[in-house]
Amino acid sequence: MSYLNMLAFGVYPFIALAVFFIGAWIRYDREPYTWKTASSQMLESKQLRKGSLPFHVGILGIFFGHLVGLLMPKPVWHILGVSNEAKQWLAIIAGGIFGLICLYGLAILINRRMNNVRVRATSTRMDILLLWLLLAQLVLGLISIYYSVNHVVHGAEGEKAGVMLMLMTWAQNIVTLDPVEAVAAISNPQIEWVFKLHVFLGMTIFLVFPFTRLVHMFSAPVQYLTRQHQVVRKKFAR
Amino acid sequence: MKVRAQIGMVLNLDKCIGCHTCSITCKNVWTSREGVEYAWFNNVETKPGIGFPKEWENQDKWNGGWSRNKKGNLELKIGSKRRVLANIFGNPDLPEIDDYYEPFDFDYQHLHTAKPSKHQPTARPRSLITGKRMQKVEWGPNWEEILGTEFEKRKKDKNFDDVVQKDMYGQFEKTFMMYLPRLCEHCLNPACVAACPSGAIYKREEDGIVLIDQDKCRGWRMCVSGCPYKKIYYNWKTGKSEKCTFCYPRIEAGQPTTCSETCVGRIRYLGVLLYDADRIEEAANTPNEQDLYEEQLGIFLDPHDPEVQEAARKEGIAENWITAAQRSPVYMMAMQWKVALPLHPEYRTLPMVWYVPPLSPIQSAVEAGHVGMDGEIPDLKSLRIPLRYLANLLTAGDEKPIVRALERMIAMRSYKRSEHVDGVEDLAVLEQVGLTKNQVEEMYRYMALADYEDRFVIPTSHRAYAENAYDVKGGCGFTFGNGCSDGNNGVNLFGAKKESVRQVIPVTMKE
Repeated sequence: MSYLNMLAFGVYPFIALAVFFIGAWIRYDREPYTWKTASSQMLESKQLRKGSLPFHVGILGIFFGHLVGLLMPKPVWHILGVSNEAKQWLAIIAGGIFGLICLYGLAILINRRMNNVRVRATSTRMDILLLWLLLAQLVLGLISIYYSVNHVVHGAEGEKAGVMLMLMTWAQNIVTLDPVEAVAAISNPQIEWVFKLHVFLGMTIFLVFPFTRLVHMFSAPVQYLTRQHQVVRKKFAR
Repeated sequence: MKVRAQIGMVLNLDKCIGCHTCSITCKNVWTSREGVEYAWFNNVETKPGIGFPKEWENQDKWNGGWSRNKKGNLELKIGSKRRVLANIFGNPDLPEIDDYYEPFDFDYQHLHTAKPSKHQPTARPRSLITGKRMQKVEWGPNWEEILGTEFEKRKKDKNFDDVVQKDMYGQFEKTFMMYLPRLCEHCLNPACVAACPSGAIYKREEDGIVLIDQDKCRGWRMCVSGCPYKKIYYNWKTGKSEKCTFCYPRIEAGQPTTCSETCVGRIRYLGVLLYDADRIEEAANTPNEQDLYEEQLGIFLDPHDPEVQEAARKEGIAENWITAAQRSPVYMMAMQWKVALPLHPEYRTLPMVWYVPPLSPIQSAVEAGHVGMDGEIPDLKSLRIPLRYLANLLTAGDEKPIVRALERMIAMRSYKRSEHVDGVEDLAVLEQVGLTKNQVEEMYRYMALADYEDRFVIPTSHRAYAENAYDVKGGCGFTFGNGCSDGNNGVNLFGAKKESVRQVIPVTMKE
């Protein structure tokens, strides 16, 4: 079991992250023409508009929630005056709300992609796989809320947020390149299967990221807000 | 003053016969690929009609172009920058494929393979998106060809606004029509460029051509909404937007665009215009829409003025561009004779493809004696195409420039007719429209004879000086940014379908 834990939570994350970074880099460099949102709104607009906004709002909320929740060091939380228990509740409530918003949008988008003839015909296998992958991950995340609530309500004093802290330890040790510490944290038998599966699938999303349309995340056009309206380019430098 | 040069175009609608040769040659060169079958960088519409895509001129519906906000600043009609980004997950102003048409092809092969049967085999349509059988073709790029479809539908044409008794034009005796070939306007103040969140669309400084960087385009599709002429097309296969390139490889080599080269009616003109780039925003932001035409004329610079020439040289504009500007047919028609007018200046994009309003129906009505005369010139108010309609199309509703252009063209005909038929020099008619004898002779040369060398005055770009030609030797020409790879491996790791392969689902015929 410890071997499997090491493989899944100590080695696999590094493979996934390496593919994530190097793959995205190669694609951006070698195949910039494929770097896109791959929008299909032009083929079907009504359902897309209904589903896409809640999906994106939800998933962005979840993304930044995980980023801050997993990677912000514990001392910083304490300086901010957030106790472990309060942080656990924050994660449950914010994650739950954004998760449900995202689920609502994703359900519409999956239905659209599978059942709209035009959208289906122009979808790649990866487009379809990705949606189901996100759905599976989202559902696992929502199920895990049940366990988190259980911990925080029925857990012994001082251990109410224990699982959350172990997962934080795992994530932070992965980022600081210490797989031994990371696996030690996540191997704790207190952590239920659903969390482990959620982590594993999360790493898988990192793994497939460069091969999917998800790469458009890197191109979020925030610089649009500050640039001038008109763009004039010179073809030849004189 | 910041002088910049642009290759502009004028289309003489008076001579357009609606043959669609421009559209077809353009399609063959640029959009005969999967994903853009529905896209026509150049299309010819019969007016009055709602056009392609449906009702493109109705900006209450599509929100294309610019408007002035409460503070009096120019703002995209689709909204401020923040608004544009807020709508990025679901663009509320995006036309769907059915607003253009579902691209289709016919099962021609069935005509070869059909077994003997009681009835003639037919080639039935199938969708090029889904590959599936289409029971009926519902719409196309020229569905209203020569007043096709009912007047009830065509009268939604936005140019009918404020035309008195527009229902009258549905009657057979009162009906009128004209052709309107359309392509990208390569605007001075392009709304597509301003709408692009990625900054992928740009205007070239050298020749003013507006292009989309295909490697930088991410498919946020705001440009489609921003462009009031709906001349940006989203390629549903590649997920990138595409548009008219003004055939830039040809222009760089001093050749006319494909649509211009192949125009059998010789209606198209290409020439250099010098303009003051510093005054673009001021001109586009004129409070009164009807002043926009004059304001745009105000930015164009006189290439014969030594001061302008000096300023142009300072900006690094090559000598052959300055001499070309002096011989530019576009400058003559737009600035000197004022017979060419911009398409929908009220969109505030300062378009650079201009149109000479059509005259023919007027002239034939004169000859039939239906029309009252105003001195030497027929009274334009009683003519077949309502002036108001043309004004809505070309001058934001101001009829005076339309009258001037039409009267000058009639005067040219009248003058040359007197000269050739009666052997009389009819200077009175020229005086009435404010033209000199020399001017009218030039107009005759450029607009009636329209020789190839006069229609197309295109200076070559100076590519050879700008890069080391020896280094480019043996290069790979057009690529998709992946070096010399031809992209012909069977597998694409990054999940895109091959661009060159048409996905067709075979149709089986049931006996």
